[in-house]
Amino acid sequence: MTSIERDRVIISSPAPTYEIEIEAPSPHMIMRRRALTHPGFLFGATIVLATVLIALCAPLLTPYDPYAQDLSQRLIPPVWALKGSWAHLLGTDAMGRDYLTRLMYGARVSLTIGFGAAAIAGIIGTSLGLIGGYFGGWVDSVVMYLVNVKLALPGILVALSLIEVFGGSVFSVTLILGVLFWDRFIVVTRSVTQQTRVADYVTAAEAVGASRLRIILGEVLPNVLNHIIVIASLEMAVAILVEAALSFLGLGIRPPTPSWGLMISEGRNFMFFQPYLVAVPGIAILVLVVAINMLGDGIRDITAPEGRN
Amino acid sequence: MSRFLIHRALIALLVAITVSIIGFTLLRLSGDLASALAGDTATQAQIANTAHLYGLDRPLYIQYFDWVWKALHGDLGRSLFTNEPVTFLIGQRIGVTVQLSIMSLVFALLIAIPLGVVAATRPNSWIDRASLGLAVLGQGMPNFWFGLILIIVFGVSLRWLPISGTDHFSNFIMPTITLGTSVMPAIMRLTRTGMLDALDSDYIRTARAKGLSTGSVLFKHALRNAILPVVSLTAVSLGFLLGGSVIVESVFALNGIGFLAFQSILRTDFPVVQSIVVFVSFCYILLTLVSDMINAYLDPRIRLG
Amino acid sequence: MSEPQPVLRVEGLSVAIDTPSGTLRAVSDVDLHVDRGETLCIVGESGCGKTMTSLGIMGLLPRRARLSAKRLELEGRDLARLSAKDRAALRGDRMAMIFQDPMTSLNPVYTIGNQMEEIYVRHGKGNQKQARERAEYLLHKVGISAASSRLGQYPHQLSGGLRQRAMVAMTLMCEPTLIIADEPTTALDVTIQAQILHLLDDLQREYHMALILITHDLGVVARMADRVIVMYAGQVVETGTAEEVFSAPRHPYTRGLLDCIPIPGKTRPGAPLGSIPGMVPSLFGPIASCQFRNRCPQAFADCARAPVPLRETGPGRADRCLLPLGTPAQPRRASEALGAAE
Repeated sequence: MTSIERDRVIISSPAPTYEIEIEAPSPHMIMRRRALTHPGFLFGATIVLATVLIALCAPLLTPYDPYAQDLSQRLIPPVWALKGSWAHLLGTDAMGRDYLTRLMYGARVSLTIGFGAAAIAGIIGTSLGLIGGYFGGWVDSVVMYLVNVKLALPGILVALSLIEVFGGSVFSVTLILGVLFWDRFIVVTRSVTQQTRVADYVTAAEAVGASRLRIILGEVLPNVLNHIIVIASLEMAVAILVEAALSFLGLGIRPPTPSWGLMISEGRNFMFFQPYLVAVPGIAILVLVVAINMLGDGIRDITAPEGRN
Repeated sequence: MSRFLIHRALIALLVAITVSIIGFTLLRLSGDLASALAGDTATQAQIANTAHLYGLDRPLYIQYFDWVWKALHGDLGRSLFTNEPVTFLIGQRIGVTVQLSIMSLVFALLIAIPLGVVAATRPNSWIDRASLGLAVLGQGMPNFWFGLILIIVFGVSLRWLPISGTDHFSNFIMPTITLGTSVMPAIMRLTRTGMLDALDSDYIRTARAKGLSTGSVLFKHALRNAILPVVSLTAVSLGFLLGGSVIVESVFALNGIGFLAFQSILRTDFPVVQSIVVFVSFCYILLTLVSDMINAYLDPRIRLG
Repeated sequence: MSEPQPVLRVEGLSVAIDTPSGTLRAVSDVDLHVDRGETLCIVGESGCGKTMTSLGIMGLLPRRARLSAKRLELEGRDLARLSAKDRAALRGDRMAMIFQDPMTSLNPVYTIGNQMEEIYVRHGKGNQKQARERAEYLLHKVGISAASSRLGQYPHQLSGGLRQRAMVAMTLMCEPTLIIADEPTTALDVTIQAQILHLLDDLQREYHMALILITHDLGVVARMADRVIVMYAGQVVETGTAEEVFSAPRHPYTRGLLDCIPIPGKTRPGAPLGSIPGMVPSLFGPIASCQFRNRCPQAFADCARAPVPLRETGPGRADRCLLPLGTPAQPRRASEALGAAE
């Protein structure tokens, strides 16, 4: 072995190289493994699925009609209270309607508005975010300006005004909420698009001459997809909460349609003596919203690339 | 930095103008305001009269500029319901809303920041999980419902707190807790994430290598970095509280501008509604500008470019 | 010349990290010592345990890591027996550390001056004014002109080379007897690297501190080291003076490392460079054999049978190999040009 004279050695040498063989599991396998061991995701998914099933199968699960009033059966407390009965597990409201039934049908309203508003907001927000993030320049400035305008407006007050103008059907409430809550979609989509845009594979696609639309849909969108799903779940939770608040104020879903927020409002007059009228729908909202949030957080953890550990 | 702020201010101005247009047109979307005001039984002539009385027969952009011009001189019109000047109505009630918002924010900060710091210094401990659980609960709970539950428990069963009115400080306790719990979770999570990132960073390793005390490492070095986004969020939350107080004010019968806006919407009292919407928006825009300035000041990388 | 005074004595240092997949032996049974005015280089590839060793000495291990040592003495003081508070009192004062990336290692929201002065004040060396004077003096000493204005500047306002100089100055605030530098030049341009190393050299000549340089770069070792420790998979595999290790490396890993360097004048242009094929063994579970045997061109049956002990072949000279002394090297893909010079 030759001796190395100190002063002639190059000041910097490359780090020693070695070959590594690693058997890496596919991304899908990683995700599935994570999904099955993530308690928040499992809890959230179970509850949401259960709610959806209950909402869909409500007519099969309960013999009562949520609109049928029976004034002889008013204000019967739930089964666990003194005067409760098994005929009405969660009691009846001030019009004699079975509360459990109202709750189940109310789930339909919440889920519909939740999904619908999140979907509309998602489409609007994602499209704008993709456009702004991809094209940059003045297009992006316009998009940011729209976001700033939207953020400055007090959402609840605007929603109340619009519902006063357009009426409180499930359709109009969904539309109004969808049009008012797309900011988080834009912000995240835009920043992910900006990051993806400068990625090498996008530059390669552009170099090959792929059309802009094709690049946006084919290269950028898949990257944004899991972020969108997470945000969609969060926005769905927000939409459900806002609808409940609006209905509670009387400027949301109109009676006699069962909406959990409306049920709380109707129960308010009696809440000092029959607190279950207020407590039950509120707990339902709480459980569903928490479940959706945990589902969203779970999806985020599961689809996150190997990073923070 | 000043160029950055001027740029921000210009954008804010543009946004403010747009918002004023939107606020102005909000209630007019229902089609014919004049017939709504004149009532169901009004004749065509009476409707036309009403329209002329309120200047509703002029082209829309003229009405808008007229309103802006008057607003810049301090005249926001009169309530259609009580005929009092809108500025007077807002002035009467703004105190309640501001007091409620600030108290709720302080309440939220007093819980969120210490909890976030402690949770970050002991990740995955019981206190970390408990605070995350609290955040989840706070974000999932409909705040009007929480307010009602508080009323049932503390106002009626226990009779500790008054359930309506605004004359006494104790009137604000339950509303503050209600509103505070809706903004507390986001601030706590942001503090926690920020602290986790800061504590994980190289400069904290250097601080420890210098033998600095734990307090110095946590508060002088880590928190100072982690707090930057929290300041922005706090300013934005204040804006949100000003606009979102309508629900809590309704539940607790507090006479703030949120409740006034709600009543006015029901009565199609458009001068009041458009003024409040625009006013709240302007507060929000101002607050974001202030938060940008504070951010720029606190972060030397922005301050000195 | 007075007797060399050992500043740091380490015997049997081990670091174990608890992970969900088991206990990782990041560092196994490391011995080292450094005297005043001496430079020890710890060489090895990423993950070999050199950083963990230094963090263990400093008491900066992450939460899930556990340190054990037969002996861990700084200036005669038993570090292992100290409380965390006393340990912290020594850090920055008697022993200091320089990290790899000066941009991220400095707090962006405080001035350079602030971050330097706080060390002085915290360790009770003087008041704020005195700290400021010392900071300015040291900045000047490390070659930063306009030192007083630099004190009021923030890290992002300095270039990479200046930042690293400032970090060097920062470690000198309390005049420690031991400085550990973890890859101090890796994040810098080549020309700046030479300046920083030159600076460290000068400072050591003046202050006589013990210097531990951690690096994967053999060029740095050649330039700076009095003695060398080569680490692999958490173990020391060779030690000796720089001259001994460079001219007559005993362990096949060391030989492989040296093979990777092209030598101007000796390596024929176009001839293949050496490389070490294979992968680092798992660091889980007890050591049951030679950790390098899977990549060693000269491994034989005994290498797999039992852990290989560190064999001393002279004062400060040792290696962890079963090959009889004097066995010539058999590099896998040696450049033929080197062979001709034998």
